[in-house]
Amino acid sequence: MAEFIDLVLLAMLAITALRIIFLKDLFAVVMLFGIYSFLSALIFVSLDAVDVAFTEASVGAGISTVLMLGTLALTGRTEKENQHSSLLPLVVVVVTGAALIYGTLDMPPFGAADNPIHEHVAPRYIEESPKEVGLPNMVTSVLASYRGFDTMGETVVVFSAAIGVLSLLGVRRRKENESAESGLMEHRVLHVIAKLVIPMIILFALYVQFHGDFGPGGGFQAGVIAAAAFILYSLVFGLPRAFAVVSPTVLRYLAAFGVLLYAGVGVVSMLKGGHFLDYNVLAANPISGQHYGIIIIELGVGITVFAVMLSIFYAFGSQAERSDIK
Amino acid sequence: MLEQHLAVLPILLPLMAAPIVLILGRNALSWGLAILVSGLACFVAWQLLAATLSDGVIRYAVGGWAPPWGIEMRIDTANAFVLLAVTAISTFVLLYSKESIKKEMDESQHGLFYTAYLLCLAGLSGILITGDAFNLFVFLEISSLATYTLVSLARDRRCLTATFRYLVMGTIGATFILIGVGMLYMKTGTLNMLDLAERIHAYDSSRTINTGLAFIMVGVSIKLALFPLHAWLPAAYTHAPSAVTAFLASTATKVAVYVMIRFIFTVFGAEHVFEDMSMDWILMVLAIVAIFKCSYMATVQSNVKTVLAYSSVAQIGYMVLGISLVSATGLMASLIHIFNHALMKGALFMAVGAVFYRMGSVDIKAFRGLGRLMPWTMAAFTLAGLSIIGVPLTVGFVSKWYLVTAALEQNHWVVAGLVLAGSLLAVVYIGRVLEAAYFQQPDEGQADVKEVPLTMLIPMWLLVLANVYFGVDTSLTSEAAKHASDLLFQNSDAISALMDSLHGPTAQAVSETSGLTGEVLQ
Amino acid sequence: MNHVLDYYNYWIVVFLMMSGFYIVISANNLVKKIVGLNIFQTSVFMLYISMGKVSGGTAPIVVEGVTQYSNPLPHVLILTAIVVGVATTAVGLSLIVRIKRAYGTVEENEFENKDDAI
Repeated sequence: MAEFIDLVLLAMLAITALRIIFLKDLFAVVMLFGIYSFLSALIFVSLDAVDVAFTEASVGAGISTVLMLGTLALTGRTEKENQHSSLLPLVVVVVTGAALIYGTLDMPPFGAADNPIHEHVAPRYIEESPKEVGLPNMVTSVLASYRGFDTMGETVVVFSAAIGVLSLLGVRRRKENESAESGLMEHRVLHVIAKLVIPMIILFALYVQFHGDFGPGGGFQAGVIAAAAFILYSLVFGLPRAFAVVSPTVLRYLAAFGVLLYAGVGVVSMLKGGHFLDYNVLAANPISGQHYGIIIIELGVGITVFAVMLSIFYAFGSQAERSDIK
Repeated sequence: MLEQHLAVLPILLPLMAAPIVLILGRNALSWGLAILVSGLACFVAWQLLAATLSDGVIRYAVGGWAPPWGIEMRIDTANAFVLLAVTAISTFVLLYSKESIKKEMDESQHGLFYTAYLLCLAGLSGILITGDAFNLFVFLEISSLATYTLVSLARDRRCLTATFRYLVMGTIGATFILIGVGMLYMKTGTLNMLDLAERIHAYDSSRTINTGLAFIMVGVSIKLALFPLHAWLPAAYTHAPSAVTAFLASTATKVAVYVMIRFIFTVFGAEHVFEDMSMDWILMVLAIVAIFKCSYMATVQSNVKTVLAYSSVAQIGYMVLGISLVSATGLMASLIHIFNHALMKGALFMAVGAVFYRMGSVDIKAFRGLGRLMPWTMAAFTLAGLSIIGVPLTVGFVSKWYLVTAALEQNHWVVAGLVLAGSLLAVVYIGRVLEAAYFQQPDEGQADVKEVPLTMLIPMWLLVLANVYFGVDTSLTSEAAKHASDLLFQNSDAISALMDSLHGPTAQAVSETSGLTGEVLQ
Repeated sequence: MNHVLDYYNYWIVVFLMMSGFYIVISANNLVKKIVGLNIFQTSVFMLYISMGKVSGGTAPIVVEGVTQYSNPLPHVLILTAIVVGVATTAVGLSLIVRIKRAYGTVEENEFENKDDAI
């Protein structure tokens, strides 16, 4: 049954990808991409990767799609006819695809429990991590503790993206005498629903942040969801209001603060005699140390991701204010 | 107490300084902090190199978890050597950039420039120091994103399209590396480089692993701009701000060459890559084509930055040629050229940046008569140019010497001849600029052009003098390069030996001498 | 038949990767290139996650009574990779907005014509 679901989902993905190749209407392309991302998230769930599905849905179908739509609003909706021949790209793709298929020929069979990756390294994560780190969610243990250095790198990647977007687009402040019409204030229904839903979203984000040790979730997902709440607020109530609630300058400081918090935990570990990011030395009891370390670095991650995602949205959103949306 | 953490400092220092610089903004404090951090990182790199030369490989388990369950930093002479070059160049360029960026970027962007610069330095240091294949991918992306930001900071709109093309090609390259690492992981279950090495050799030959190797090689080749995947480089180097080009040309592609060396020699083993997969011929041919085609392209450009950009692709061809010779001397030539080329190109791009600072253009016409109007800058360009050509007493000569020696050792007479012929093309493209500077009259109205400020001249000349110093006294660079290449070859042989004697006592002895520690052996 | 069942997952993923790759290298419009890049990357993620699945296993969160778990390590790697992907997308899209402002177009052949050849 599970294999059948897999097969159907993969087929739907293939159809979506094929359709995207031939479509000229970029709005449809972006929407199909959102669908592609959601279908991938479903496949991840069926492959037992719940944390990944969560992240893919919020980041891929959420943030990426929003940013692409924001770009389309500024660059135009239709792709023009392609002038040059598609022969060379096709050849390159066929060769690369053939190489990949060749590579799959002696891959370990799908789903077998005795594959090399299940015999080495991973067994310790599965068997020992509940005792060494003390968390039910093994993915969080590996992400935050065993491979915490990678996660710090990831946080820095997010931070780098913010620097890139800020340097390219900046956040355009509205001038005093420009019209203050913005957002979707005429739409009563949206207005009311947004007021009800936004606090729920923020609450959910906080839940995901702190419950990531016990179930799917963690800093990244929480940061993105919290940013989504504020993005919804900006869409309905207008950017100037949003700037007044959370200003771009504050977001800069928050983004920097999150990274420093993460690295700071590592420095504290070094000062206490352990290696960088060794949480065992953070408290008298190593397991407590692990818990403290993980909670603080996840917080750092969540803060940075929230600040960066919202900053990027502010940057895109402030490029062209449109007060004629009806 | 700090000594035990030296391994992680070159990454940690710029990484923590970057957010602080973002908060500080665009004032002189940012510049000061950036230079301080870069200088400290250089000092640490120096200590690390000395430690690897005397004590051997340094291993540091981040998070306190032993590899392969945790991520480790692994420093041997090869990466310590390249790290020293990267951090030193970074410090010099930062000194140079204070004045240089005033003419090339809006003031509001200066703070972001320093932030992105520090992130790039952290990323490059991470790539060099890490001993974990996936961690390498993460730091590669940090440095790449920072690089895209840096290149796009120029005012010329062509920097935007150049950056976009660089972004697309760079991301394809990184994704290929990710695919390759995934295939390796699938067959071995580990991501630690030494552990991978041991497990890969347990397989006689595996399609998945060979495909993984191919994808990693292609991905890295995009990053190091090996012909024909170099298309992003000329436009990116030409249109980026001068300080950015000086930094990137000396560091980013060299770090990618290091990654290639690391994967070939430490993870896969030279025997497997070159004999089983015939990569030596492929790399050699591509390298030679790169040297000639790109040296030729350099001779016909009117924009001097583009001349130097094509020259860089040609020089990378020399480095890959050294790798493809599959000998300790060849590898030593590559490693020494990584260091030397950083010195040469850093100085050259700084000189060209100085011309832009005063003239507002780097077309060859702008160079007319500058020999008299900007004597220090042009003298620096001349000396560094002679180094690229390979004149004795400069580092360029040292690199070419080792390369030709390595080729002759293998009786590749044709290759040795081609290396020397490449130098002739360099004479042409450097000579054109010198001719304009010294033998032509300046245009009307340029008589009031003067030299550039000292903060730009001093780092430029420090690099030029380093060119000459290390060309005359090669003891440090050649000792480090020789030690590194011997170690890499020993690793490689040890891996093949491990395959034969996996559970015998000889395996222990072999691993001790080549720096692999007993923890790797199960 | 058994052989095919073992590998169909991987082959479809390879097909998806190549579709994304094709869009990146052949599209003229820059936004479409970025969409293609995302499809390419997402498909690579599916490759990693497929290799982590254990038949009969469940999500790697400790639950009473469950003994067989899928492998958590690929999940961790892909969480990182997803974030790297969106970071690149954000920077790429910002570049597109700036290119539109500077050139008036985001079709590759059009702005190539506007510049002198390098």
